[in-house]
Amino acid sequence: MDINLNEDQVEMMRQARRFCENETPMTFVREMFEDERGFTDDLWNKMVEMGWTAMLIPEQYGGLGMQMTDLMLVLMEHGRAVVPSPLFSTVLLGAEAIIAAGSDAQKEKYLTAIAEGSMRGTLALHEPGSGANPGYIQMEARKDGDGFILSGTKLFVTDAHAADFIVCPARTKAGIDPADGITLFIVDAKAPGVAISQLPVIDRTRKLCAIEFKNVKVGKDGILGEANKGWSPLCKVIRKACVGLAAECIGAAEKAMEIAIEYAKVRVQFDQPIGSFQAIKHRCAQMYVEVESGRSLLYYAAWAQDNTDEQEAAIAASAAKVLCTETGKNVAGSAIQVLGGIGFSWEHEIHFYLKRTKASELAFGDTLYHREQVVSLTT
Amino acid sequence: MDYRFTVEQEAFRKEFADWLAKQIPKGFDPSKRNYYDDDEWKAAYQKFQKSLFEGGYAAMHYEKEYGGQGKTMMEQVIVQQTIATTCGELSMPGGITMGMALPTIHSCCTEAQKREHIPKILDGTYIWCQGFSEPNAGSDVANCATRAVRKNGDYIIDGQKTWTSFAHMADWCILLVRTDPSVAKHKGLSYLLVNMKTPGIEVRPMVQLTEEAEFNEVFFDNVKVPVENRVGEEGQGWMIAITTLMFERTIGDAIMGPMYERNYKRLVDLAKSTLREGKPVIENPVIRQQLAQAYIETMVLKYHGLRNLSKTLKGGIPGPEGSIGKLLWSEPNQRITENALNMQGLNSQVMRGSPWTIQDGNWQYSYLRAKGNTIEAGSSEIQRNIIGERCLLLPKDSSREARRK
Repeated sequence: MDINLNEDQVEMMRQARRFCENETPMTFVREMFEDERGFTDDLWNKMVEMGWTAMLIPEQYGGLGMQMTDLMLVLMEHGRAVVPSPLFSTVLLGAEAIIAAGSDAQKEKYLTAIAEGSMRGTLALHEPGSGANPGYIQMEARKDGDGFILSGTKLFVTDAHAADFIVCPARTKAGIDPADGITLFIVDAKAPGVAISQLPVIDRTRKLCAIEFKNVKVGKDGILGEANKGWSPLCKVIRKACVGLAAECIGAAEKAMEIAIEYAKVRVQFDQPIGSFQAIKHRCAQMYVEVESGRSLLYYAAWAQDNTDEQEAAIAASAAKVLCTETGKNVAGSAIQVLGGIGFSWEHEIHFYLKRTKASELAFGDTLYHREQVVSLTT
Repeated sequence: MDYRFTVEQEAFRKEFADWLAKQIPKGFDPSKRNYYDDDEWKAAYQKFQKSLFEGGYAAMHYEKEYGGQGKTMMEQVIVQQTIATTCGELSMPGGITMGMALPTIHSCCTEAQKREHIPKILDGTYIWCQGFSEPNAGSDVANCATRAVRKNGDYIIDGQKTWTSFAHMADWCILLVRTDPSVAKHKGLSYLLVNMKTPGIEVRPMVQLTEEAEFNEVFFDNVKVPVENRVGEEGQGWMIAITTLMFERTIGDAIMGPMYERNYKRLVDLAKSTLREGKPVIENPVIRQQLAQAYIETMVLKYHGLRNLSKTLKGGIPGPEGSIGKLLWSEPNQRITENALNMQGLNSQVMRGSPWTIQDGNWQYSYLRAKGNTIEAGSSEIQRNIIGERCLLLPKDSSREARRK
């Protein structure tokens, strides 16, 4: 047992932090918040150069064959800086779906391109009426020759506007049991009948889209994995996405905490720095408790994805998703309170931390959903 | 990063668990409380600790010359974890002895003191208590007023300690005393090893809200303690008290996770076997959310403990960030025991000894006992002060600072 980071990992974190300081300062984040596309080609190319699109992709497809714990370290840094980019959607949604369910030919085509940075992808999961339950998939795929025709609406699709391909789960057999009747499809984002529009969401550092599918034809080569058995690989994707969001939230919480503490040391009221008052001190201490204990669970959850059985990986991912996204949201909210009026202003950057972490809490299963996962897997 | 124990460590865990199963007294039921009589409990502890010592499992990480086994902290953690989850009640009267007195003596005492005390602790002969808290020194431990005046080769002690766990069973005491009232309060303290049979010591049990007496008041009236029983130099008492608390937290952190895992299983059994409107409460969606949260908090405790342990094994001493560990078990325990009571509906009022008692009344006891968790061993407020001031370097309260000067 050794839970310390090794030298390579510490160096990787250091590089990621330097990258974010140089390439995505708050001025850039603000610009991208308002920007329709939400990132620049220059930023994307530099991320590709860092090797971040290739980290989890197996070496035989041009990737680096690294583990979730490695990507976690990079994503924690991205969370600290609220980095706007389609990296999360491409590597943890698009690429992971292909890794989890793809044929050799599909892997060759998509993973190689993602690793070298020439292709981006995402996952169209949530539907109207699903609440925050990712297992509620009712969109229909009709058989059409040896392919299918997709029709319906998907919501809250991360970075669909910037994606070249969209992995779309749909029902190929009627029913409500996700384990029976869901098939995954790879849809070209520019295919006829695909209409993508951005939603005016609270956190516009990460763009979410609605997608209307109107009689979209998917050929045989667009069927991803076994027909009707798409839920199992999809769960794998959701698990890692949850760990990724948890990592971002711990990074975001850590930075929000630092902002609050720094302020509490210099802001003087009643002739004293406000951090000397226990009402503020204990609030800050609680932030530290949540950040450090969240980090402890996060590390395990990331490790579990590559090193334990499916059930343990699922429990750990759900537990980390609940704990770390709540930590992110709580710490950011608490930081606003410490900052007082300035924390409520548009001018201060703290609101970006609240918005990102709240969005993360809701994505890919909210806390109600993931607590239910934990209890059903442990009783 | 790797969370797995080695094959050798897992083999050792199994070897120890098999051995341990044979040591448990006849009729001992790990799911229940077995001892309500203090004399029986003390005797059971002493017998158990003696068997550990003779079996070669006492203080795995200490040197052989003091009665340890010359292995690493990992073996010690494995032993402690296994005991905690199979027969924790048997080791409980030794909690202060093993958790506070032993590491203090091992890391701060002279060679002669170590040779005198460590073997007698490890073989179960003596139980120790800890005399820190006083009526006016609770959270503010350094406000200690118990005086020790030097006279010839002795300290003459007068004063009162309180909330002293297991003092009524104890043979020895680690005692914090004021040797110099003329200097700042943290600087005038010294640390003594006191035999509880010394004339002038009176122990009065205090009944707590659980209706039992686990704590005591201890009165010192003209008590003579030889100067050679002092730990470290005169005036170093505060530093010794603080350092030793840090040391042993690691093992504490590492055993809490497995203990709460076992509790979670009991909580799940309860949820499955308790009815509400004729259906098991585990079917209730609100209860399910509470169960999940209990499991998540248990995981946090476990993996935070392992992370601290891992840091310690690499040669670091856990710093003030170790204060987190105390908050991570004490506060969830109050939530978990409350959930357990809520699952039982009106039956949750029934204590031990009725046909309507659920799970032998253990949850009722635990719920009440857990109220002490956020007070004992440094209240949650003190933990958050330590974190705020020593981890986050926030400024000290100015009025507190002024009084200190």
